[in-house]
Amino acid sequence: MKYEISFLLNNDKVTVEVDPVWTLLYTLREVFGLTGTKEGCGYGECGACTVIIDGQAVNSCIFPILEVEGRHVTTIEGVASKDGTMHPLQKAFVNEGAIQCGFCTPGMIMSAKALLDAKENPTEDEIKDAIEGNLCRCTGYVRIIDAIKSVSKGR
Amino acid sequence: MDNFTIVGQKIPKIDAPVKATGDALYIQDIKVSGMLHGKILYSKYPHARILKLDTSKAETLPGVRAVVTAADMPPNFRIGVMKDNPPLKSGKTKSIRDEIAAVAAISTEVAEEALSLIEVEYEELPGIFDPIEAMQEGATLIHEEVKSNILKMPWKLVCGDVETAKKDSAHIVEDTFSTQWVTHCCMGTSGCIAQLDASNNLTLYSNTQIPSLAQNDFVEALNAFGYKNRRVRIIQSVIGGGFGSKLDTYAYEYIAILLAIKTRKPVKIIFSREEEFFATSPRQCTITKISQGCDKEGRLTFREIEMILDNGAYTSWGATTPSVMMLPISSLYKVPNIKYVAKCVYTNNTYCQAMRGYGNPQATFAIESSLDQLAEKAGIDPLEFRIRNSNEPGEITPQRFKITSCGMKECIDEVAKRLAWKTKKEHKGNRGVGIASLIHVGGGARVYKSDGCGTIIKMDDFGKVDVFTGASDIGQGSDTVIAQIVAEVLGIPIENVNVVNNDTDICPWDVGVHASRTTFVAGNAALGAAKKIREQILEAAGKLLEEEPSFLDIKNSIIYSTKDKEKSTPLGKALRKIHYTLGGKMLMAEYFYDPANENFDREFKGNLSVSYAYGAHGVEVEVDKETGQVKILNYIAAHDVGKPINPLLLEGQIYGGGLQGIGYALGEKMIYKNGRLMNGNFLDYKMPTVKDVPPVQAVIVETDEKDGPFGAKGIGEPGLVPTAPAIANAIYDAVGVRIKDLPITPEKILKALKEKQGRT
Repeated sequence: MKYEISFLLNNDKVTVEVDPVWTLLYTLREVFGLTGTKEGCGYGECGACTVIIDGQAVNSCIFPILEVEGRHVTTIEGVASKDGTMHPLQKAFVNEGAIQCGFCTPGMIMSAKALLDAKENPTEDEIKDAIEGNLCRCTGYVRIIDAIKSVSKGR
Repeated sequence: MDNFTIVGQKIPKIDAPVKATGDALYIQDIKVSGMLHGKILYSKYPHARILKLDTSKAETLPGVRAVVTAADMPPNFRIGVMKDNPPLKSGKTKSIRDEIAAVAAISTEVAEEALSLIEVEYEELPGIFDPIEAMQEGATLIHEEVKSNILKMPWKLVCGDVETAKKDSAHIVEDTFSTQWVTHCCMGTSGCIAQLDASNNLTLYSNTQIPSLAQNDFVEALNAFGYKNRRVRIIQSVIGGGFGSKLDTYAYEYIAILLAIKTRKPVKIIFSREEEFFATSPRQCTITKISQGCDKEGRLTFREIEMILDNGAYTSWGATTPSVMMLPISSLYKVPNIKYVAKCVYTNNTYCQAMRGYGNPQATFAIESSLDQLAEKAGIDPLEFRIRNSNEPGEITPQRFKITSCGMKECIDEVAKRLAWKTKKEHKGNRGVGIASLIHVGGGARVYKSDGCGTIIKMDDFGKVDVFTGASDIGQGSDTVIAQIVAEVLGIPIENVNVVNNDTDICPWDVGVHASRTTFVAGNAALGAAKKIREQILEAAGKLLEEEPSFLDIKNSIIYSTKDKEKSTPLGKALRKIHYTLGGKMLMAEYFYDPANENFDREFKGNLSVSYAYGAHGVEVEVDKETGQVKILNYIAAHDVGKPINPLLLEGQIYGGGLQGIGYALGEKMIYKNGRLMNGNFLDYKMPTVKDVPPVQAVIVETDEKDGPFGAKGIGEPGLVPTAPAIANAIYDAVGVRIKDLPITPEKILKALKEKQGRT
């Protein structure tokens, strides 16, 4: 049995037929072809699949698709400006050396964005709290913290 | 490095923007038309006889396109270093990760359902999960045909005379240290897509670290399948982490190929996180008995090590890590007399592979922990003890390593200074400081007959270049380093350099991303090709400008005479003139660089690497005696890596390696119980999170490596090599207990504290 749901995806209104067992991650990747959101574990422990729903960072791999009805979903593809200019956070991740293999990067940026959207000048502890659920094996997190800090200072 | 404008600069990774926007395509993101999805059925028991294997129900499930078992594989086809691993197993299963059947279906969900319909009857057999037990006479043989559980790969290194040195030593210590299984935790799991064309040529989309060697393995596989003399093309996706995990070819890749042969469709296999934990090959666990001695002045006299490695049920490169362990064992500090024997032992556990450091972290944990014990016995400050025994430039070590540049003492000095060693050593409360050093290959490593890498450079009409390199970028930033080198030599902005690194059809041969060799070897290959094309440009421009080529230079994409300022031309304009003329040409150059290092001889001696990387880590900890918790108050990681080509990336390697080392030291462990992994997920396996990051300083100690590209040496692995012993030594300094078994958990510290109290 399929259901039709509508929601705001990266500021575009979308209507889609879904199977209720689908997760938001599955729908983003397989239906909309938005592969920027990654599956690192599939059970909500690594944060690679983080997207923002109504201002909150969530693990899309365990988020039931029917719950998305009427809500506002932002993925990594919706972070840059329409003209392709990267978001300050994306620029900071590039320039501060916060990216190595990059698999965790989209989720990391989404968690950081949710934080900075809610609080312009977070403390280092608040930054760490915000990305605690985002695992990274390459960078040792040092440059990621630096990148997020650099954006919050610049505001 | 004042004269350079691009080399030596903190330049952001050239592949970072596509990764920041989500546009980078990893193996998970790649789709091929008509693609099917493969899934693998693993053994239910670590050791069992398969009595019945019935796939008929699975075959009739709608959406299933093929079900394969060992019967579908070419008979006697085996993979791995010792060719002891059939990609699909029949008869007896030997580990919990034994692949016994696989399915290709229209979706992952259907494939998974089909797996559940495969009926298997097992007779569970008693397993051997302890290498010591497996070595006993009369122990059940894991591989009946090889007659012994001890691998026929005897590792033995003897330099000088250990027995005499023992007699002459003023102080001797002896102890046993052990290390655990840890896994790479690549954030992107393993996977591939196998696709055959009408002529049975294979294209494999892959996240391998060894495209050229993998190509060879799969050509052999096609031969075994009866497709003789076929072509294999490896196309690498963006790679979501490597750390050594993708240095071999694996059963799942051969299974994908088999399923593609059976279905005549492309077949994609992507590991779930659960599979990534239990079905990939971790860093091997070791039991190390070590003895070291020194004279009255505290100069090392000998080092003797006996080691047992749990090989698991099959053999991958993990079994060869003793070769690299020999490097610190023979040559970390000046030690004239060495004896090292290692045995790899088959068990019914998981089998092991390369993981960042390739044995060096295990060996260095034992050496550097033992060294602290020896320093204490000799009554010498451990930092002073290390300086006294430090390696030096120009040294030839007992294993015949020729030490060229060496900044070991400088690294130790940095640690002493930044940690305020002398002050902290007179510690108060439960705080303590520890230090450990490292040596690693820094100029390639001749483990195969070739340690080479090829590069082709092609110039366009506008002064932009495409660089085709054999080197794989697994996130470490080799593409950026290569682009910097080429841009520097050609006097063009880095934006004008496009690095192509992911297709064996167009990229030259490379032995693989291992041994911290890519900056050094691929860097030198890129440097050689860039110099060649620069010569071509200047020669042709010399004719255009009527100037001697030796007086010409290129900067900011302008070719100009250093003698006559009037004579200059934009690079693009010159290139177009060279091209669009009768008998014109497009400029291309190729270069293959193979370092002048040596394979080991039969006694495991020889100059394995052209240069060696050094480092020292110092740490201050605070230990809570009530809970056993260790808090890192300050962490200094000083590394001699020659001249840095890109300090931003270099420090990234040190930070990243350092935290992996901290995980290894304090938390990470794959808990295997009777051959089964008990903590194969991120909740139970303690990979460090951002909350585990201590205050850390990455310190670059510059030396000038004459053979390195722009003076550089390798840095990929060293960042985690001395971490665990530095922490163990600091804990001992803080509370007087020495934990000899990694990881150093609060439980072990509390137990040791209790025992110590009981004694006093």
